[in-house]
Amino acid sequence: MEMNEEQSDIIKINNLAAHYGARPILDDINLTIKQGEIMVIMGSSGSGKTTLLRSILGLKKPTNGQIELMGHEITGLSTKELYKIRQQFGVSFQGGALFSSMSVRENIQLPLCEHTNLDQKTMDIMCRLKLEVVNLSGFENLMPSELSGGMLKRVALARAIIMDPKLLFFDEPSAGLDPVVSAELDELIVKLKDAMKMTIVVVTHELESAFRIADRITVVDQGNILITGTVDEVKNCDNQRVQNLLNRRARNDNIDADEYLKRLTGTAQ
Amino acid sequence: MIKRFITRIGREFIEFAQTAGMMGIFLYLCLIQILTPPLKIIAIVKQIHFIGSRSVVIITFTGLFTGMVLALQGYHNLKDFGSTDLLGSAVGLGLIQELGPVLTALMVIGRAGSAICAEIGIMRHSEQIDALECMGIDPYRFLMAPKFIAAIISLPILTFLFDVVGIFGGYMVGVELMGVSEGSYFQGMYNAVDWVDVRLGLVKSFIFAILIIWIATFKGYFLHILKAGSFGAEGVSRVTTDTVVLSSVVVLASDYLVGSIMLN
Repeated sequence: MEMNEEQSDIIKINNLAAHYGARPILDDINLTIKQGEIMVIMGSSGSGKTTLLRSILGLKKPTNGQIELMGHEITGLSTKELYKIRQQFGVSFQGGALFSSMSVRENIQLPLCEHTNLDQKTMDIMCRLKLEVVNLSGFENLMPSELSGGMLKRVALARAIIMDPKLLFFDEPSAGLDPVVSAELDELIVKLKDAMKMTIVVVTHELESAFRIADRITVVDQGNILITGTVDEVKNCDNQRVQNLLNRRARNDNIDADEYLKRLTGTAQ
Repeated sequence: MIKRFITRIGREFIEFAQTAGMMGIFLYLCLIQILTPPLKIIAIVKQIHFIGSRSVVIITFTGLFTGMVLALQGYHNLKDFGSTDLLGSAVGLGLIQELGPVLTALMVIGRAGSAICAEIGIMRHSEQIDALECMGIDPYRFLMAPKFIAAIISLPILTFLFDVVGIFGGYMVGVELMGVSEGSYFQGMYNAVDWVDVRLGLVKSFIFAILIIWIATFKGYFLHILKAGSFGAEGVSRVTTDTVVLSSVVVLASDYLVGSIMLN
C-alpha cells in the first residue's frame, strides 16, 4: 500500500519506558504514526506490544518518555483532560469488552448517550448505520451473550466507530477467530480506513493478518522496537529476531550454565 | 530470622498504608461524582431496584423472625421479674437502635454487596472498565455514584421495613402467643422509644450504606492491584469473600462507634 510522504504525525512516542513493579516491559520506544495509515504493532506474546498500546491509550502510566496524541502530550494530562481526548478516538478490545447487561444497541449507543444530546431516533439511525458497516444489521436487540466471537468483535468495532473517530485502536482483531472470519475482519479494517479516512493502529501477533492490512509494521520484541517499516521492508529485514518471528522459529537464547543452575536451585538474585 | 520478621511486618504495614490511602482517594472521587449534577436517574432507579426492591423479601423474613425471637427471649426474662409490661419497649428499642440497622446491613452485604463486588471485578477482568475509560466515560460517575446513591436511599427504607415487621413479629409472639396485653406492649414502646432512637437507627443505616458500597466497589475496582485479588475467577471469588467479611466487621465496629458517640 502506498504512503503519502506529506502525511502529518498523529501519534509521536519519544523514549517511552514502562515497568510492572520493578520489571521493565518497554525500554526507550520511539515511534511515529502518520495520519491515515494502518500501523500494525506486531510481536510475540510478552513482547510488550499490549503495554505499548495501553500506554498510548493512557491506561498505563509510563515510567519515562512522552506520548503525543493528536497534538496533545498525554503523559502529563489530568484524568479529566484525558477523558476529553479519548472521546476523539475509538478502541476495540481483544474480547470485545461489551457490557453484558446491555443489548447490542445500548452498547453501541453508550458513547452517544454520554457525550451528545442527540434524540433517541437519531441515535437509533446511527446505531443501525454502524451495524450495516460491520455487516450486523438486524442484531441490535440481541444481548452480547447471544453473539459469536466474531460478532462480538464486530459489535465492539461498531461501538468504537460510533463517534466517527479520527483514530481507531484495535487489540488482537484475529485472536480466537477462524481464518474466514478473521479475513472478513481484516477486510473491514481496510475498508474503514479507505471510507472514513481513519488512522488505525492494530496490535496483533497474526502475521498473515498484519501483512494483509498494514501500511507500516512495527515489530516489538523484549520491550524494544526491532524495526518499523513497510511490509516489504519488514519481510526483508535481516535482524535474526525479526526473522524468527516471521518464520515462526523458536527463540534460541544462549543459556548460561551457571545462571541456569542458580535459577534451578533458587539462589539467583 | 528476626530480620525477616521485621521486614515482613514493615512490608505489611506499607501495604496497609497504601491500601488505606487508595481507599481514601477512591471514596473522595466517588463522593465528588455523587455531589456533581446531573445525576444518572435511570441508573440510580435500576440500582435501587437491585439493592432495595430485591432485598424486600429477605428483609421481611429476617425482621419478622428477629422480632419474634426478641419477644420470646424478652418475655421469659422479664417474666422472672414480673415486668412483662416492658416487653414492648425492649422489642422496640432493640430493633430500632441496634438490630434493625445492623441486621439489614448484614443482609444487604450478603445479597447486594457481594454481587456488586463480583460485578465490578468481572468488569475489570474483562476490560469493560478500560473500555469505559477509553470512551471518555468516568467509571466513578458511571458505575460507582449510582450505587452509592441507591444504597443511601434504600438502606434506611429497608431498615424502616425491618423495624416495622420486627415489631409486628414481637406483637405476634408477645401479645398473641404469650398473652401480654396489647395496650402495655404498644404503650411501653411509645413511652420508651424516642425520636433520638429513631434518628440513631437512621444515621447508622446511612453510614452502613456508604461503608458497604465503598468496600464492595473498591475491592472489585482494584481487583487487579489488590494482594488478595490478582486476575481470573479465583481473584474475583477472593475479593468477593473479602468484601463480605470486611464489610460485616466494619459494620459491627462502626455500629459500636456510632452508638457510643450518639448515645453520650
